[in-house]
Amino acid sequence: MKNRAWWFLLPALAVMSLSAFIPLMTVINYAQYSVFPGSAPQFIGMENFADVLGDGVFLDSLRRQVLFSIEILLIEIPLGLGLALALPKKGKWVGWSLVLLGIPLLIPWNVVGIIWRVFTRSDLGAVPAIFNWIGYGAYNASLNSGDAWWTVVAMDVWHWTPLVILLCYAGLQAIPEEFYRAAKIDGASAWSTFRYVTLPKLRHSLILAVLLRFMDSFKIYAEPFQLTGGGPGNSTTLLSIYTSRKAIGGFNMGFGAAVSIIYFFLVILISWLLYTIMMNVGGGSSK
Amino acid sequence: MKKRNVALWVYFAFLIMPIYWMLNTSFKTNNEILNYMHWFPHNFTVKNYVTIFTSPFWRRGFLNSLAFVSLNVVIVIVAAVPAAYAFSRWHFRGDKHLFFWLLTNRMAPTAAFIVPFFALYSNIGLFDTHIAVALAHALFNLPLAIWILEGFMSGIPKEIDETAFVDGYSFPHFFWKIFRPLISQGIAVAAFFAFLFSWVELLLARTLTSTAAKPITVTLSRSLGAGGWDWGALAAAGVLTMIPGALVVYFIRNLMAKGFAMGRV
Repeated sequence: MKNRAWWFLLPALAVMSLSAFIPLMTVINYAQYSVFPGSAPQFIGMENFADVLGDGVFLDSLRRQVLFSIEILLIEIPLGLGLALALPKKGKWVGWSLVLLGIPLLIPWNVVGIIWRVFTRSDLGAVPAIFNWIGYGAYNASLNSGDAWWTVVAMDVWHWTPLVILLCYAGLQAIPEEFYRAAKIDGASAWSTFRYVTLPKLRHSLILAVLLRFMDSFKIYAEPFQLTGGGPGNSTTLLSIYTSRKAIGGFNMGFGAAVSIIYFFLVILISWLLYTIMMNVGGGSSK
Repeated sequence: MKKRNVALWVYFAFLIMPIYWMLNTSFKTNNEILNYMHWFPHNFTVKNYVTIFTSPFWRRGFLNSLAFVSLNVVIVIVAAVPAAYAFSRWHFRGDKHLFFWLLTNRMAPTAAFIVPFFALYSNIGLFDTHIAVALAHALFNLPLAIWILEGFMSGIPKEIDETAFVDGYSFPHFFWKIFRPLISQGIAVAAFFAFLFSWVELLLARTLTSTAAKPITVTLSRSLGAGGWDWGALAAAGVLTMIPGALVVYFIRNLMAKGFAMGRV
């Protein structure tokens, strides 16, 4: 019986070894060498890691990345929750709303970047025209770093808030009507119904939404790459853009590998922290 | 009641605007795109779409994408179904750890894997093939599919398996005749998410291909940088890449709600 389980896992483990285990080992191995094309790799231990942590551009992209993820969570989670509450629970509009919400999620990520580039470019976009009309004629996402930053944030809000809405909406649908009826009989206000009935029941959906949005916003690559290319200057160079520059374009593959490992463990560490904090906070208040 | 409707209308307008602008741009001539700010095409043209459909370059990109996306879905489902069955039915040493390790791969930043993927697949001669991209995407899709399917399978009572074996069903027979129909929705949801990720991903697909297996998304990115900025054709190609996703969403909208309701994305 016990051996049978491993036979069943064999195909999955075979695929995962090719796509996860061996690559991860390779990258850990590389990270301890100085690897330049054309010469034999040289073992240098932890030196690459020290170099990465001392690299100002790395630290800047890391700081930018953390700020980006915080902003994304602060905007998308409340917005998604609010809109999920506002969506009708049944009726003919539900189906269409869901289809509409699903569309941004299925557009290839770099096409999302292209859509937003076409939408916001100063020579052919609608956004500069609108800004011009309301009196902010200076908008230019390829010259002003502030504009570029908020354009990338707006793009991500556009792209991923539907996911938060869908998660919350599905969670809301799963709350039995009786809970609301009971709250009404007890004379609960709209706010306390939300606070003591809806919110605790949505806990799992919200935790999942925060975790998914954190992990994916921390990994974001194709959309800003296509929209701004990381510029102007380095103002929208997020961690993935920096990493892939070092991994593909950089000369020292060992350095790129060290960046990759630090990056991977940061994602796991912060996800774990977020998960633990939310489990404790939510668990305390729903009692 | 009124206020929430206003909020919804504003939000959906925000959702549609960029897509509308892309559609609008795709039906304009390049002259109109660059020189006039029209909210709808004044010189309506389908020339941009003709450019795409008559170019073997673009066509091949579409076919390459479809090839590795389907390959990925097949690999993921074939490997995930037995694995999910094992996790949902049996306890074995280290099962929890293994399950957790599988899930951590969902968190892996893609950029962290491009160096080793490139090195590995070049060494075993798979570089620039559909199978390489399909396998690389399995890094994210397989753990997700196992997670989704494990959820569906755990919802099916073990007594069903036991009764079938008592009745003399062989394992493959039982699996195909009894178990598969019960989890077909789960398979559809898992396949949907595998399709979704493989279709939208750029970085791995770009790293692992050069010419023979180059997907449409990469073709798009490259043509954007290649000096000759044919915005009309670019917009048209972008619109075309949105169609498969929109069709999929439309057909499986009910299943999608189910997948989200289980909280396993």
